[in-house]
Amino acid sequence: MDISIVSLLATLIVAATPILLAATGELIVEKSGVLNLGVEGMMIIGAICGFIAAVNTDSPLIGFIVAALAGAALSLLFAVLTQYLLANQVASGLALTLFGLGLSALLGHRYSGIRPPSSPKMEWFGMAELPVVGPIFFNHDMMVYFSIFLVLMVWVFLKFTRGGLVLRAVGENHDAAHALGYKVIRIRILAIMFGGACAGMGGAYLSLVRVPQWTEGMTAGAGWIALAIVVFASWKPWRLILGAYLFGGVTILQLNLQANGFDMPVSYLSMAPYLVTIVVLVIMSSDRTRASLNAPASLGKIFHASS
Amino acid sequence: MTLIALNNLTKKYGGVIANNDITFKVDKGEIHALLGENGAGKSTLVKMIYGLVQPDIGTMMLDGESFAPTDPRASRVRGIAMVFQHFSLFEALSVAENIALGMENPPKTDALSNQIRDVSLKYGLMLDPNRLVGNLSVGERQRVEIIRCLLQDPKLLIMDEPTSVLTPQEVDALFTTLRRLRDEGTSILYISHKLEEIRTLCNRATILRHGKVIGICIPKNETAKSMAEMMVGSKLKTPQKTITNFGLPLLIVKDLSLRSTDPFGTSLKDITFTIRAGEVMGVAGVAGNGQDELMLALSGEVLTKANSIQLEDNFIGQTGPVERRLQGLLTAPEERLGHAAAPEMNLSENTLISGFQRQKLGRRGFVNKLGAAAFAEKIIEKFDVRTISVGSAAKSLSGGNLQKFVMGREILQDPKVFIVNQPTWGVDAAAAAFIRQALLELALGGAGVLVISQDLDELMEISDTFTVISEGRLSAPRPIKGVTTETIGLLMGGSKEI
Repeated sequence: MDISIVSLLATLIVAATPILLAATGELIVEKSGVLNLGVEGMMIIGAICGFIAAVNTDSPLIGFIVAALAGAALSLLFAVLTQYLLANQVASGLALTLFGLGLSALLGHRYSGIRPPSSPKMEWFGMAELPVVGPIFFNHDMMVYFSIFLVLMVWVFLKFTRGGLVLRAVGENHDAAHALGYKVIRIRILAIMFGGACAGMGGAYLSLVRVPQWTEGMTAGAGWIALAIVVFASWKPWRLILGAYLFGGVTILQLNLQANGFDMPVSYLSMAPYLVTIVVLVIMSSDRTRASLNAPASLGKIFHASS
Repeated sequence: MTLIALNNLTKKYGGVIANNDITFKVDKGEIHALLGENGAGKSTLVKMIYGLVQPDIGTMMLDGESFAPTDPRASRVRGIAMVFQHFSLFEALSVAENIALGMENPPKTDALSNQIRDVSLKYGLMLDPNRLVGNLSVGERQRVEIIRCLLQDPKLLIMDEPTSVLTPQEVDALFTTLRRLRDEGTSILYISHKLEEIRTLCNRATILRHGKVIGICIPKNETAKSMAEMMVGSKLKTPQKTITNFGLPLLIVKDLSLRSTDPFGTSLKDITFTIRAGEVMGVAGVAGNGQDELMLALSGEVLTKANSIQLEDNFIGQTGPVERRLQGLLTAPEERLGHAAAPEMNLSENTLISGFQRQKLGRRGFVNKLGAAAFAEKIIEKFDVRTISVGSAAKSLSGGNLQKFVMGREILQDPKVFIVNQPTWGVDAAAAAFIRQALLELALGGAGVLVISQDLDELMEISDTFTVISEGRLSAPRPIKGVTTETIGLLMGGSKEI
C-alpha cells in the first residue's frame, strides 16, 4: 500500500473545510436556540450560486460572497417561517433542504461539466516549501484559513463579548431574555442568516475548490454531517475543528484505501465516515446528564411573546 | 412624597379586561403591597409599570414627570427594577453573566464581580459571582435577581411573590434586606398572597379584585382573615380536620434511591416512609430538593429497584404507571397543563389519560366515548368544575378549575393511595379550600394520601404526619402536632436531627 501521511493530512484539511464552515454557522444558530435542519439545502444553494457567479465573473472571491448571500437569503425563508409564522422548526428545516436540492438542480442544469476558475493558494512567505509542515499547513487556499479564523472569531464572540452573552442567553431561556427586554426574534433571525451564509460558503467550497465542478446533489450529506458535528462538539467552537477534521480524515482515508485497491467492497469504505459519525454521536450522548448540560436549553422550542 | 402615580390605567386582552381603571400611588420609601387572587390583574399591572406591556388607556407619573415605557430597558433607565416570580435567570450561565444581562451598561467582568461581592456583603446576601446559576438553590437564585436589581440603584423595586419558594429563615433574611432598602429611601411594590407577611412587612396595601381596585388599607390594622375576605369578596370557610385512627400500611417505601437525569436535578437518597390507611402525610421542602424526582419514582414514570416501593403486598418498583394505577396507586403531578392534562384535548378525552384502564373507558384499544363523557360529567358535577361542557379544551379552563378537574379525575377513581404534588399551586382561595377538603375526605374514606407541597400553611392544615425533603433526603416522618415553623425551617435548610 502506498499512502503518504503528509498528502493525507493536507487533503484531509481540504475535505473538512466545507463541513467546518457549515458547522460553525449552525453552532451560532443553535446557540441562539434555533434548530435549522436545512444546512444541506443552504449548502447546495451556496454551491450552485457561488459556482455560477465564479464562472461568470472569473473570480472565486465573488463566488464565495455570492454563495454567502444566497445561503443567507434561503435561510431568511426559514427564519420567516419559524420566527414570525411560528412553524415547526424540524419540518421547516427539512423542507428547506428539499427545496434547496430541487432549486439548485434547476439553476445548475446548464453548468455541469464546466471547470470553475481556480482559487489561488495563500502566500506564506515561502513557508510552503518547508518539509512536512509546509504542504500540510501552508499550502492551501484562502478559505481554509478563513474557516479556522471564523472558528476563532466565533469563540471570541461567544466567550468574551456582550453580543455573545446575549445570544447564549436567548438560546438558554428565551422567556427570561424577553422579560429582560432583549429582542429574541431579531437576534434569532440574525443568527439564522449568519448560519445560512456560512453554509453557503461551505457549499461553494465544495463546487469551487474541493471537487471542483458542479454536479447535482454534490453536497451528498455534508450538511447532515455538519449538524452532527455541532452535537459532537458539545456546542463548543474549538471542538468543531476536531470533529470536522476527524470526519474529513476518515473520508480521505477511505478514498485512499479505495484508490490503492484495498480488499474491501467500496460501499463499506464510502459508508465509513458516516458510520464513524454515528458511533461518535452514540458515545457522546450515552451520558444524558452531561449531554444536556451543554445543549442550549431552548433549542428547537418555539418562542411566542405572551405578555 | 409620591414616587409613582398610576392614573386610570386600563388594559384589555381581546375581550377580557385585565385591568379596569386602576388608580393608586406608591410613596417614596414605603413598602406597598399589591394584593389579589390569581387573575385579579396584579401581573398585568406590574408588567405595565415595567414596560413589558403598554396600557390601552391611562397615564403614569414617575417623580412628577410623565412615564410611558415602551420596553423594560426604558423602565430600567428611569430607575424601576423587578424581581420576577418565575426567575428570569439562565441556568447555564454564571451569576456574574446573569447579572450583566440585566444591566444597561455592565462593567468588565472583574469589576462587576467586585461590585457583586460589595453589594452582597453590604446587604448580607452571600453569593459567589463565578458559580453557575443552575447549581444554586432557589433562595440563592433569588439573591441573584435582587442583586441584579440593587446594582442599578433602583427608585422602585417590584417583587412578585418573592417568598413562595423560601424557607422561613430565608424569608426573615429577605425582610431585613427589604426594610433596610426602604430606610435608605427605595420604594418597594410587593406582590403576595401571604397575608401574614404583608401584615409584618408592608406600610400600605392596595387590593385588586377582577381587575379593579377594591380598596386601600393599612395591613397592621387588619387581620389576615379580613384582608382575605376583601380579596375574595365573600366569607371563607376553612377545611375541617377530623381525627382518625390509622389502618394498615398501604404504601411502604424503603431505601429508595434514584439518580436524576436532569443536569440540575436532585438525586434521591435512601427515601424511607410508610403511609397507612386514613393517613395524610405532608412533604414540605424548598422547590428543587427532589420533589419532582420523588413524584416520578412513585408514579412509575421512572422505575427503581423493585423492592424499594411496596403497595400493600406487592413490590412495584419495576412496575409501570398503568399497572400501578390498576393496583390502586394514583397520582396527580404538579404541572397541570402538559403533564396531568393534555392542553389541546377536551375534558372528556382527558379522562382517558388516567382512567382508560381503571375506569374501563375502552375495550380492545377502542375508546368508549360515551363512557368517557359520562365520567367527565361526573367529575364536573362532583368537583364543581366551572366549564361550558365536557367538550371544552383543558387549556381553556382557569388554573383552579382545571386543578379541580384533575383532582376529581383521580379521587373519583377511588384510589387506595393518592399522591399529589402541589395540589393548590396557583389556585384561588375558594378552589384551594375545596381541594383540601376533598383530600381530607379521601383519607377519611380509608385511603392513604401523600401531599408534596411548598405551602407550609396548607400542610399544617391537612396533614397527620409531616416530613421534609431536603437535597434528595427525606426526614423521618413525625406527627404534625408539636411541629413548629422553626423546626420545619431548620429541616428545610438541611439539618439532620432536631
